[in-house]
Amino acid sequence: MSDTTAAAGQSPNPDIYDELPDAPPKSRLRLSMVGKVSVVIVAFWVLLALIGPLIAPYGESHFIEDDVLGNPIDDPSFMLPDMGLHVYFGTDYIGRDVFSRIVWGARTTIGISFIATLLAYFVGITLGIAAAVAGKWTDAILSRLVDAILAFPNIMLGLIIIAAFGSSIPLLIFLAGLVYAASVFRIARALGQDIMVQDYVEAARARGEGLWWVISREVLPNAAMPLATDFGLRLVFVILFISSLSFLGLGVQPPISDWGSMVRENLQGLGNGIGGGALASITPALAIASLTIAINLIVDDISAQAGGSLAKKMN
Amino acid sequence: MAQSSPIFECKDLKIEARPWDADPIPIVKGVSFDVKPGEVVALIGESGSGKTTISLASLGYTKPGLHFAGGKANLLGKDMITIDPEERRLRRGEHVAYLAQSAAATFNPALKIGEQVTESAVLHGEMTQAEANVRARELYEALELPDPDLIGGRYPHQVSGGQLQRLMAAMALVEKPSLLVLDEPTTALDVTTQIEVLKAFKKVIEEEGSAAIYVTHDLAVVAQIADHIVVLYSGEVMEQGPVDQIINRPTHAYTKRLMAAVRPTPAAGQGEGTTGEHRREVPALEVKHVTAGYGRAADGKPAVTVLRDVNVSVERGHVVGVIGESGCGKSTLARVMAGLLPAADGQVLLDGNELKPALDDRARDELQLVQFVFQMADTALNPRQTIGEIIGRPLTFYHNMTGRARRERVLEILNLVELPLEFEGRIPAELSGGQKQRVNLARGLAANPEVLLCDEVTSALDTIVGANVIKLLERLRRETGVSFVFISHDLSTVSSFADEIVVLYAGRVVEKGPVDQVLSPPFHPYTRLLIASVPEMRVGWLEDTMNTREAMAGISRGVTITKVGCPFFDRCPVAIEGTCEKIDPPARIDAHGHDHVIECHREIDELGAPGAQRSAAASARSAKAAKKSNGSAGAAKPAAARKAAAAKKPVAAKSAPAKLAAAKRAAPAKKPAAARKKPAAKATPDNLQQINGVGPKIESQLKAMGVTTFDQIAAWKKADMDSFSEQLKFKGRIQREDWVPQAKKLVKAKK
Amino acid sequence: MMSQLVIRRIGIGIILLWVVSVLIFALTQVLPGDAAQIRLGQQATPETLAALRKELGLDIPWYMQYVVWMGNLLSGNLGISAAGGATIESLIGNRIGNTVFMTGIVALISIPLSVTLGLLAAMFPGQLLDRIITTGTLGLIAVPDFFVAIFLILLLAVSLGLVPAVSYLSGTEGFWKSVYVLALPIATLVIVVSAQMIRMTRAGILNVMGSPYIEMAILKGVPRKRIILRHALLNAIGPIVNVIALNLAYLVSGVVVIETIFAYPGLAKLMVDGVQTRDIPLVQACGMIFCCTYVILILVADIASILSNPRLRHPK
Repeated sequence: MSDTTAAAGQSPNPDIYDELPDAPPKSRLRLSMVGKVSVVIVAFWVLLALIGPLIAPYGESHFIEDDVLGNPIDDPSFMLPDMGLHVYFGTDYIGRDVFSRIVWGARTTIGISFIATLLAYFVGITLGIAAAVAGKWTDAILSRLVDAILAFPNIMLGLIIIAAFGSSIPLLIFLAGLVYAASVFRIARALGQDIMVQDYVEAARARGEGLWWVISREVLPNAAMPLATDFGLRLVFVILFISSLSFLGLGVQPPISDWGSMVRENLQGLGNGIGGGALASITPALAIASLTIAINLIVDDISAQAGGSLAKKMN
Repeated sequence: MAQSSPIFECKDLKIEARPWDADPIPIVKGVSFDVKPGEVVALIGESGSGKTTISLASLGYTKPGLHFAGGKANLLGKDMITIDPEERRLRRGEHVAYLAQSAAATFNPALKIGEQVTESAVLHGEMTQAEANVRARELYEALELPDPDLIGGRYPHQVSGGQLQRLMAAMALVEKPSLLVLDEPTTALDVTTQIEVLKAFKKVIEEEGSAAIYVTHDLAVVAQIADHIVVLYSGEVMEQGPVDQIINRPTHAYTKRLMAAVRPTPAAGQGEGTTGEHRREVPALEVKHVTAGYGRAADGKPAVTVLRDVNVSVERGHVVGVIGESGCGKSTLARVMAGLLPAADGQVLLDGNELKPALDDRARDELQLVQFVFQMADTALNPRQTIGEIIGRPLTFYHNMTGRARRERVLEILNLVELPLEFEGRIPAELSGGQKQRVNLARGLAANPEVLLCDEVTSALDTIVGANVIKLLERLRRETGVSFVFISHDLSTVSSFADEIVVLYAGRVVEKGPVDQVLSPPFHPYTRLLIASVPEMRVGWLEDTMNTREAMAGISRGVTITKVGCPFFDRCPVAIEGTCEKIDPPARIDAHGHDHVIECHREIDELGAPGAQRSAAASARSAKAAKKSNGSAGAAKPAAARKAAAAKKPVAAKSAPAKLAAAKRAAPAKKPAAARKKPAAKATPDNLQQINGVGPKIESQLKAMGVTTFDQIAAWKKADMDSFSEQLKFKGRIQREDWVPQAKKLVKAKK
Repeated sequence: MMSQLVIRRIGIGIILLWVVSVLIFALTQVLPGDAAQIRLGQQATPETLAALRKELGLDIPWYMQYVVWMGNLLSGNLGISAAGGATIESLIGNRIGNTVFMTGIVALISIPLSVTLGLLAAMFPGQLLDRIITTGTLGLIAVPDFFVAIFLILLLAVSLGLVPAVSYLSGTEGFWKSVYVLALPIATLVIVVSAQMIRMTRAGILNVMGSPYIEMAILKGVPRKRIILRHALLNAIGPIVNVIALNLAYLVSGVVVIETIFAYPGLAKLMVDGVQTRDIPLVQACGMIFCCTYVILILVADIASILSNPRLRHPK
């Protein structure tokens, strides 16, 4: 940059002793190999949730009764995989195709969790940012309310509410939404408070900007990236929460298939080993684990990059 | 060891950063220098020059992410880079010790100070714990720490910042290392504290006979403490040599620029010389009897009072500098003016109309006229908005500009603050610190305000970059007629840029008036302390100051806000016990200048500098007069002590003119070609100050460029102004515009 | 100053406990509607309804019901199970011991294990051991508790036959026999709880290791072991104690799933059964026990971090 009274319009003369530049422009997000594999896994499950019913060989609660030749099967429970029947992972404890139920279950498990997380985010961010921006009484009241919700272990709150109201899918969504809205509230509020004391927000206030501008143009864009990263983690927690409830028999109710319930229903097969029905319980468990681990690895990858920028290391 | 062989040798040292996803980036590119026994070598350079990284190499250490890529760092003949790690560990602390920039962060909060000071001596088997404790106590005494017997038993948070800085020195010295590495140890301190610490460091370095590497960006500090200087830029040595040569006869272009960017020490006669053209009946902004603070107590007064009954007025087109140590309420004053912090009591007047105390109650056009520029451009610019959006928003918000009109204006403003037009689409993270600060200013200017409140806008910047920003501000105030409230803790910067100075101490205005009068006697005792504390860029200043100021008690005490009386009471050498702490001091008006007010219980005559100070007054005035005739700013030094010192030491006398010469050499390169034409050798110089808008400072600059006659200005200004009026539609607010006709008239008159 | 903070924190804890009791009461007794109506269904006559309401104590306003319920709770009278008619004290009595026994052993194993592993990982960041530990724990915290359980069952009980897959205690076993029977649930819980604790311990230490005073200690020539064990650990002790308390609180949740999967007769299994049969008084009582434990553990965590702050322990 030229420094003195260089007439305007002239291009600034390049000076070799210029102030040293700050960090170079940020390179685009580059995922590690593990991160890329994880993205493929998550994409696979999401795709399955979307088009699952089209490719599932059987219905969600279809009982396998006949073999390839059309003869009735004596005991269809915990059948071994049979490619001819398109029973790729065997059958469950009452003779339903495990593969088909996994595919159908992807829709239930991912769908419920995703909607619940969205709900938690919508409520949590709205109230969290509102508390951070408004402060005073709004903040005090909302924060105490959230403290009360967080004074319950998640699963305990689930048990108590289900005991009182009985389990249904809308209730599960509401429940997970409520529980995790509390933690999203805390994060959004903390982020919001950090941003609210930044000079650029104060500059906007000094300019006389209204509340809406401050929230939509100054606070939210700067909170977006950390919140997006956190969304992944929160989704993992919601999947684990819903699966745990289903596993306890208190979540998604039969005959709707859901990964957590499938593990529980087929628990008795576990004792017979891989050859005797353990697959019916292991496969859904693996499905959950692959999905949650993959999401976690992506989040880890992104946050590692965000935290390890060159500028920080060079100082 | 032979006396001549160096303690530390740095040979072709190379250090690089190795990011995990990119090629190595060289940070230090082959640096060589020696440190001889008993010698203090200063590494100077701006941020990013690699000075800290190089200094750490003497301990065989790199910050995480950095790696040695070549060369040697020989400490007492052994290369600290390739040495066996266990031996290196033993040498650290024993042969070489490190003092970091921030003592507060360097002390472990969970351990007692004494343990941390003695730890390495005991662990290295140098001393028993008891011996180490005795040694530590000696050092506490040598460093003039209070309670040397007890201070070791305290935790770091229980002692003050200046004390911690000295305790860190004790920690480094406990094993009598051959080499001390001091990394900007006084940068984070206030000027008044800085002297104390500097004095203590210098004393122990001399007494202990250690060699030292002193890392800093502050040339004035270097002049006090170093024997040898290594000038670094971007990981390379630009120039190195004895302190006298580098400061007085720099040869490398970069060193010269560095020297040119240093502000002269504050003295009367540096101000721009106000034109009065924009002066009206009412001040642009006025603060009357304002009391402000934080929290709310029962009686309507703030729970914590920061400002108490403050009066400040900002004339149109003037620059009012607000000065004081940290904690004196400088920023609070600006925040009250902007309405960010509503005053608990008193008035804020804009063009004579009272403003509501709180921001939310002020009208939009009132807000538009008073703009606030934040200190840290890093945090003041929204990282998610482009520069165009940042500068454009005030245009839309205050002036309803949209679309093309807005975009064109944004480009004009970018031009005005000397930024390339393509920055419009960039985000702040892609700009350097100085560029961000320009954007920050541009946003304030975009509102087209009457008053721009600048809160420490140059404090976070490197010397050269900060100097360039000040130059920009000087130009802007000339061309736009905007009034500035310029807040800074750096008296040198304020005195060279402001028209008036307000000295704040603990929330009270202790002295205010035109720059020349505030900087010459009579002084408020606090102003005198501030002026005396600013290091001069000459060898021997520290010693001189130490001698003259021994009498000045209480220098290292912190700022305490009082509810009544004069807050400076506890540090004041001329305090009247029983009066000063109980009764608010009267505002005394200096007879020589009607605008010069000092709040003190002492009479003006008493403050008019007894002894040495009185003669200083005379010398300052005569210096100023001399300057007007021969254009040499360097002679203006108010304090007689300095003058005496200058006479004693020929080196010092040389320094100021040399520096000025450097400034002169640096300046002409940037002027339009027309200006560079050398005048005919025989042309008789005119008194350029007859031109409205040319002060002594501008005049000396012009003369330095060889512009001494009205003819030259008349010719030069024309081309310059045409292109300016074309680019910036400032509609008659450009002051320089009338120089040309004025100069032409004067040419005619002469003939 | 510090004692004020601690007292304040305890005060908040007590308020939180009260809020929890109100919420549990409201969620189970007030919001779902008239319990007598639900139990009697369509055939209820006004007389039978009134009689049942009186029997269940529902004939008084809800806030009076809360006072009665709270009074009973505090005097140790937990009510009568809606399912079997047995008193809840008798149902809980022998179960609570089982749960405390199991979680106690888990805590005894997992706390030293995770602090050690966390410290080891933090001492050698980026090296093989650290990478194994961080990757392993990252995977473990992302999977459901029952996932770990069924793989342990498959591996240790079914394939290798080392330990029983179902954890049934008759009450006559000795200590070691009980531990043997409980090997699988204990192992599962240790793995699940430790994973989180190791990560947080490591993060706590690394956070401290990045601070300037650690760099200073290195530059003073302090040996690595002393840097970790004195300079870093003293500052990380607050966060670590906090982590331990929080994860013990997490055991409260983990134990629910684990007791169910291993059919272990503990308090959590009792509560899950209660939820399935919608035995409200039982759920209320168990919920209160678990939530109070949780709140108290969190309180301990908070107080621990207050106590570990040198600025608060040694005021100016």
